Amino acid sequence: MNLEDIKKPENIVYRKTPLLTDAIMHYCPGCSHGTVHKIIAEVIDEMGIQDKTIAISPVGCSVFAYNYIDVDWQEAAHGRAPALATATKRLNPDKYVFTYQGDGDLASIGTAEIIHACSRGENIVVIFINNGIYGMTGGQMAPTTLLGMKTATTPYGRDAKLNGFPMVIAPMIAQLDGTAFITRQAVHTAAAARKAKAAIRKAFEYSMKDIGLSFVEIVATCNSGWKMSPVEANKWMVENMFAKYPLGDIKDVLK
Amino acid sequence: MAEKILMKGNEAIAISAIRNGVDGYFGYPITPQSEVMETLMKERPWLSTGMVVLQAESETSSINMVYGGASTGKKVMTSSSSPGISLMCEGISYMAGAELPCVIVDCQRGGPGLGTIQPSQSDYNQVVKGGGHGDYKNIVLAPASAQDMYDFVDWGFDLAFKYRTPVVILADGIIGQMMEKVELRPQKPRRTAEQVSQDAPWATLGKTPDRERNIITSLSLEADVQERFNRKLQAKYEEISRNEVKYSTYMTEDAEYILVAFGCSSRICEAVTDILRAEGIKVGLLRPITLFPFPTEQLAELSKKVKSMMSIELNLGQMVEDVRLSCEGRCPVGFYGRQGGNIFTPEEIAEEFKKFNNLK
Repeated sequence: MNLEDIKKPENIVYRKTPLLTDAIMHYCPGCSHGTVHKIIAEVIDEMGIQDKTIAISPVGCSVFAYNYIDVDWQEAAHGRAPALATATKRLNPDKYVFTYQGDGDLASIGTAEIIHACSRGENIVVIFINNGIYGMTGGQMAPTTLLGMKTATTPYGRDAKLNGFPMVIAPMIAQLDGTAFITRQAVHTAAAARKAKAAIRKAFEYSMKDIGLSFVEIVATCNSGWKMSPVEANKWMVENMFAKYPLGDIKDVLK
Repeated sequence: MAEKILMKGNEAIAISAIRNGVDGYFGYPITPQSEVMETLMKERPWLSTGMVVLQAESETSSINMVYGGASTGKKVMTSSSSPGISLMCEGISYMAGAELPCVIVDCQRGGPGLGTIQPSQSDYNQVVKGGGHGDYKNIVLAPASAQDMYDFVDWGFDLAFKYRTPVVILADGIIGQMMEKVELRPQKPRRTAEQVSQDAPWATLGKTPDRERNIITSLSLEADVQERFNRKLQAKYEEISRNEVKYSTYMTEDAEYILVAFGCSSRICEAVTDILRAEGIKVGLLRPITLFPFPTEQLAELSKKVKSMMSIELNLGQMVEDVRLSCEGRCPVGFYGRQGGNIFTPEEIAEEFKKFNNLK
């Protein structure tokens, strides 16, 4: 049988969503960003909301997220994405508005913006990538860096006396009345990625129900920053990151 | 009959925003401009025009809300006073870099630091020369009355959308707090979704099949791309300089001496001109209404005819540098200013003027 005879629409069981552009990703091999981008693109595609979606990218490795997902994008200053999203959604309540932010962006320089967007109950989706390190600037300590973890600015390991404790955002914002859905997911296995995708879809759906902010934290790897192979990084994440940042739903006001 | 109401300059900004169909206001309280947001909250325009009004958690956040709103092609604005404008400079630089239209009101108070809550004009350098990082400029309008505050909102948005750039209304504590008669213009409707899409085809409103995705960004890591963009920005500023200079003159036709003053100082300098004219001294006043673009050519022409110029400002000498650059040494350029919330009297300026010009 000829290969061309098999390539028919009725035989397709999997395809790359057209919402993921053909641009070659700048992310390191093994990085979680690519998988998260893919499942977000699939959710937007499956919901049929490309023409109603406005995305906001951060400063960090995913600053160029707008090169990969085929929706309208705003590129925010470091940490300010929730402020942009607030006005975008309030002025355009019929649109799906989401921010995509790393741990430096959201949990350090942008703490005020995320806390207040949560507190006001903005009807937006926040995707929070927590890999415990600043990837783009070369592997410095992030607010979510674990104690003992070595980074470029904690070369002897994070020391609570010297560097403070890891910042745990999700349970903190769960206490705010303005949040509707808070969950912590990962994408290191196919099963995990499927669960993360379902959570992202729920978050998008909730953002149209006028019930407040939906927050999907993805505990992620940065194998380059962690100086590990992708496989080692996944293993290290499961053994160490999940202990401090356990997966699962933290808040769901509709349950 | 035109509708005329006695109101503060800050209230005029708020009422004008509603009447001119502004889509959103995002602000943070700071003296001496808090009446802008207070008036908007009292008027509740979300019930009438649908305008969004929101109190942000900081000026950093309010200017970034303006960034987000402007990215969707909407008419959005904020207001603050000097220390708040310092915080906003990050966002203003990003908006200039992303070519986003907006109106920002700076109701100036004294600095540096926490300074004073009294009126000042010491944000001239911060607002006219930049403030944030990078090679950018704001269009800067300098109101001298509550009526100007009202009228400059609409004018500001026209310029902001025409050139896709932030516009600053550089007021001060006097203009913001002073009550004056203001003639209100008829209510304009907010633009429809179709009009917004037409005015701003670059806006992020959801990608439709008929176009590529819109991306609002100020980032370009390739040297040549960034340089090309910066040259494009400069070309835009040159076009603004050619087309949008606005100033007014008072008794300059036969003047031998020129006073230069903007905003509240220009009001005081009209009285100075009258005092000196009554003494037979031929003085005229040039008031720049746009600070960028600056009336360089007009001052250059006058500098060929007069004995001297004097810049009068509520700071310790900021605009005077631009006056001197305009005159290029053709005539002496003096300066007189007060600080800390002290406001000069016309008589005081007249004395200083005579000292500078060796007149009795």
